Amino acid sequence: MNPINEVKLEFVSKSCNEAFARVVAAAFVSQIDPNLEELADVKTAVSEAVTNAIIHGYENGNGIVKMNCKLYTNAVEITVIDEGKGIEDIEQARQPMYTSKPEMERSGMGFTVMESFMDEVEVISEVGKGTTVKMYKEFKSVGNQPG
Amino acid sequence: MNLKLTNRGTTLIATIIGELDHHSAEHIIQKLDAEMMKSSTKNLIMDFSKVNFMDSSGIGVIIGRYKKIKSLNGKLSITGINDKIRRIFNLSGILKLMPAYENIDEAIKKM
Ligand SMILES: Nc1ncnc2c1ncn2[C@@H]1O[C@H](COP(=O)(O)OP(=O)(O)OP(=O)(O)O)[C@@H](O)[C@H]1O
Ligand SMILES: [Mg+2]
Repeated sequence: MNPINEVKLEFVSKSCNEAFARVVAAAFVSQIDPNLEELADVKTAVSEAVTNAIIHGYENGNGIVKMNCKLYTNAVEITVIDEGKGIEDIEQARQPMYTSKPEMERSGMGFTVMESFMDEVEVISEVGKGTTVKMYKEFKSVGNQPG
Repeated sequence: MNLKLTNRGTTLIATIIGELDHHSAEHIIQKLDAEMMKSSTKNLIMDFSKVNFMDSSGIGVIIGRYKKIKSLNGKLSITGINDKIRRIFNLSGILKLMPAYENIDEAIKKM
């Protein structure tokens, strides 16, 4: 299936861009008119992935975060990419409550939130090269509206 | 401004306003911790009724304040969580650590 629309965004790894990225994703997805709950799910998942790129990928230093969004008739695929530190053990990183930064008051719930708010979450990472998080969600409400 | 602080007796009420993410959390933690360290504070109520977005950063903020208030032998209550935010609360299991109430008045009564 080919996407009906596509956007690519690049921004520097500043925490104020977390809100920017999730608002862009929500505005883009709004074109196919999902319901408010589905939109909120996308916003939250994007916020998690982008925050991870900034805090863990670049460890609050300078870097570029990329976000690619592909829109389908009733679904979206969002990919968040950093060229930062990378993840040594992806399986461990995805465990609920696992965090490598407890001293920074992280709770280790980011991947768990992404997994429960999106249908699919794929993590590709290489130490020293960076991390790619690809998320997919189908909007049950789209195409099923009454009338 | 994304935090309103009020005192009722020895209870500090922290109303978080707007979006609670990694970006806003830093500011909220700074202001809240400074107020909590004042000798008049014993218990803490964190009110989420004016939060329109929260991600896992919010869970970190709550757990951090929970540990602080516990070390001062005080109690923490949560108020005003809507359905959207509740999903993140439920995923994290933090409501096993502290009570959640509809509103501030109820939380004060039960403190
Ligand atoms: N982009 C990334 N680059 C490097 N490491 C990452 C990245 N994303 C996640 N991680 C690693 O995976 C761990 C788990 O991530 P997750 O988002 O679940 O929790 P957290 O960010 O530590 O805490 P929270 O999201 O609850 O604030 C992180 O602690 C970090 O070690
Ligand atoms: Mg995270």
